[in-house]
Amino acid sequence: MDRFERQYILPGFGKDAQQKLQEAKVLVIGAGGLGSPASLYLAAAGVGTIGIMDGDMVSISNLNRQVLFGEGDLGLNKAETAAHFLKSKYFDIKINCIPEFITTDNIISILSQYDLIIDGSDNFPTRYLVNDACVLLGIPLVFGAVYQNEGQVAILNGTGPNSINYRDIFPDPPTAYEIPNCSETGVLGVLPGIIGTLQAAEAIKYITGYGSTLVDKMLFYNILTHQSYVMELSKNPGSEIGLPLSIEALEATDYAVVCGNGDTVDWEEAFGMLAKSPNGILIDVREPDEFPKLKGYAFQSVPLDLIEENQHHWINSELILLFCQSGIRSLKAVKMLERYFPGKKIHSISGGIEASDSPNNS
Amino acid sequence: MTLTSIRVIAFGMIAEKIKTNQLDLEYMPDTEVLLGYLYQQYPDLQHTKFSIALNKKMVIGKTFIPLGAEVALLPPFSGG
Repeated sequence: MDRFERQYILPGFGKDAQQKLQEAKVLVIGAGGLGSPASLYLAAAGVGTIGIMDGDMVSISNLNRQVLFGEGDLGLNKAETAAHFLKSKYFDIKINCIPEFITTDNIISILSQYDLIIDGSDNFPTRYLVNDACVLLGIPLVFGAVYQNEGQVAILNGTGPNSINYRDIFPDPPTAYEIPNCSETGVLGVLPGIIGTLQAAEAIKYITGYGSTLVDKMLFYNILTHQSYVMELSKNPGSEIGLPLSIEALEATDYAVVCGNGDTVDWEEAFGMLAKSPNGILIDVREPDEFPKLKGYAFQSVPLDLIEENQHHWINSELILLFCQSGIRSLKAVKMLERYFPGKKIHSISGGIEASDSPNNS
Repeated sequence: MTLTSIRVIAFGMIAEKIKTNQLDLEYMPDTEVLLGYLYQQYPDLQHTKFSIALNKKMVIGKTFIPLGAEVALLPPFSGG
């Protein structure tokens, strides 16, 4: 008896399927709400090589859904913590730890070492970047995402050249403020738990050929009603316009700009700009009862709903920097203020107060 | 729902904007007419990207809607 007996005795699975899992190399991008359950089940099922990639640190608000981590892990890198935990559980699989965010510079060299990618990221620029790289490299992608009480799962790029990819479904990248993520809208931790587990199930079925998969289909699931909907996907001839034609073109693409996030700066850039701009201002656009407050720097507090009626206060400020909890409402505020002050330097601080480089976290 | 109507089902942010996840409408001949109606009734939808499925198959561009069809409005999600 070994630790995989319960799955290879399944009719139709068998030792051949187990051998395929043992030989497979799967990369999980993002060790968050989706990546936590996905990597746990891939490791338990005996996927021979698992890469876990995340540049973020564990924070307290992650713990309702990122079940790989606990209160003793706060402030630690997610990929390192996840890799350490999985290695301590199983000795017969290889865990590659990549404690970095995925970028146009590292994506090609990292993805090309794997047979299948699981996208557990939490933002559109990363999702389009991962999709495009999988298309150019010919690697299948198990997509998963959540919004409030609903989730999506699909296997993209799973049938070789001319497979369906994410751009066939959504050719025009939405902006972050158009479709908020979990840190803006909230999420029951168990929802990404279900969706990430479905991603692991689809990866295992795809690798082994066991059962029928969500290749060229997208599943929608609602946790409040348990309603599910499976859409058969179609190739969209217009989608190719946005897809980089070569690896070089992908590496030269700014995915933040593609997804309308070109108005963002990080905290370090923000403070650098403020230091050079005597009448520049920093505005917290959250509601007054939202915490934590920014520590150590002067700022104004004007909730998003009141930004437009207060805009006249900032006519003489040459620089306006806005922040919120995670960088989504502040991006909306940028769009509002740009209409009043074309040409003024107005930026949203990426990741908001929760960003790992915010003064509260560093 | 009758055979002379169409059923629209909506997900995620689209359901929020039309304030329901299911609408039964008078028959409309194609997806462009349907979108025109929806944009007029729910102007907020014009600022949201979504994909359309007809009887569970994704469709692109102006597409004929058969009698009694179910049309789904499916937005992208990014959270994880």
